[in-house]
Amino acid sequence: MALPDTLTRELGELAKKYPQKRAALIPALHRCQEELGGWISPETMEDLAAYFGLEPVEVFGVASFYPMFHLAPVGKHVVSICHNISCDLRGAEDIVREVCRLTNAPLHGTSPDGRFTVHTVECQGACANAPMLDLDGVYHEDLDAEKVKRILGGAG
Amino acid sequence: MSAHPTYLLANASTTDAHELSVYRRRGGYAALEKVLKAPVAPAHVIAEVKASGLRGRGGAGFPTGLKWSFMPDPAKDPRPRYLAVNADESEPGTCKDRILMERDPHGLLEGALIAAYAMRIGAVYIYIRGEYRASYKSLEKAIGEARGANLIGDRILGTDFSCEVHLHQGAGAYICGEETGLMESLEGKRGHPRPKPPFPAGSGLWASPTTVNNVETIHNVPFIVNRGEAWFRTMGTPQSTGNFLCGISGHVERPGVYELPFGLPARQILEEQAGGVWKRRRLKAWFPGGSSTGLLPASAIDVKMDHDSIKAAGSMFGTAAMVILDETACVVRASHVIARFYDHESCGQCSQCREGTQWLSQIFRRIEEGDGREDDVATLESLARGMAPGKTICALSDAAAIPTLSAVKLFRDELIECIRAQRDPLAAPEPTYAVAGAH
Repeated sequence: MALPDTLTRELGELAKKYPQKRAALIPALHRCQEELGGWISPETMEDLAAYFGLEPVEVFGVASFYPMFHLAPVGKHVVSICHNISCDLRGAEDIVREVCRLTNAPLHGTSPDGRFTVHTVECQGACANAPMLDLDGVYHEDLDAEKVKRILGGAG
Repeated sequence: MSAHPTYLLANASTTDAHELSVYRRRGGYAALEKVLKAPVAPAHVIAEVKASGLRGRGGAGFPTGLKWSFMPDPAKDPRPRYLAVNADESEPGTCKDRILMERDPHGLLEGALIAAYAMRIGAVYIYIRGEYRASYKSLEKAIGEARGANLIGDRILGTDFSCEVHLHQGAGAYICGEETGLMESLEGKRGHPRPKPPFPAGSGLWASPTTVNNVETIHNVPFIVNRGEAWFRTMGTPQSTGNFLCGISGHVERPGVYELPFGLPARQILEEQAGGVWKRRRLKAWFPGGSSTGLLPASAIDVKMDHDSIKAAGSMFGTAAMVILDETACVVRASHVIARFYDHESCGQCSQCREGTQWLSQIFRRIEEGDGREDDVATLESLARGMAPGKTICALSDAAAIPTLSAVKLFRDELIECIRAQRDPLAAPEPTYAVAGAH
């Protein structure tokens, strides 16, 4: 396996922003996750290691440190629900329960139909509009059960 | 409602001020033009910021001008120089920088360019937390506009000053908001904080002189340049000058981000800005500056919101993120949520922090679940004392210990009562959803 040419070219552009190529590793992991199925596979780590001149384990060390990188396949949609203090005080637990009920996914798992992966995350900086969730990279704030239903229903 | 002059959110609350044309029509980039074209000597810009008394808005409250003056003389130190803007806002309760980046991106760029000019820096990296995609997009567009108008890049506005501005997307680790963790992360590594010294001004990004400033801090700079340090000092208190963005969340009627002068009583902020404790309930306790600052009791609500007053009251000003707990809030639950966060975010380098955060989280969890032990309060206390102060490379360990110690100090009886009841009476019901794996 090798990275698609378009992605390799893009990584080249990314690396130009920095005095050392390695600085582009985290942006590169983001781009790979976006383009290559929503997660970072062992093959992707090997490809990135080859691109950056690192050992695969170094890429794994970085990828596994950052919660935004998924090291296992995820569903078609990823729902991240903040469960930190400001959201917890305003009912985040109810939102978790509602999302799991509607999607039929276990918390930190994927629904049997493969459509939704649901997990809780730490503070997302939406504290003044708590509770909140992030669906596929878009924030949804000031949630209640009705709003959650509408958001998930629109996910396609 | 208290009437006070505002400036920080003026653009953010104006339609389309994120666009270059609107920003400029409102006087934007006049401060940059002033320093570049007058020209104002870089040392004079630093002196002006020093005289203004501006303190960092990222949590530590360090004097900004003083930090800038730590950068070595470029005549004697030929290494490249960097400004890293800390846009990794992730202190629980804090949601202020996001507003500035999404709605007033040019304000941040102008401030960063002035800071770069003052410290004779040629490259700025804005490290944005990964989840803030809207902030990234807004700044990306603004950088494109600014570059097109010769406000970023080579020979800015026809002067000798050249500066690049780059965006860098993080990937969701709280520790990367710590300045040395941020630099490691920006270099493409795990966000492991570095021992200090060396400090960033001596050896920062790529072992070169670096200054790290928070978004809101940088946002103040064009206003200080335009209106002068004396104007800036007319707001706030002698030791905490200017306005600050106060986030207020949790059990209040109107959570939000409000621009306020330092020194207002917290009660006034809670009641006038946030509409008071929600549902006509009484205040139980509050965090003044994010989850890393110690809980304060309801009786401390008349304290003034400024660095010295909050410190005198036994907590820290932090990021000015007030989190309000009403009388029904469970201290065990709140402490567990916060301890769980630090456990999740500890980078694992220092054993006190790696082990301590895990223990704190597990003990609060078992008390919450009804499995507390008679000596748990004493264990929490001794653990937290073993984690802080200053026992680790960075302050995350302290940040986990401080709220724990404050909860034990203020609510010892409630904790003991919960343990003895073998089921916290205020705890949430058992979850009704399945959890995958052994989380």
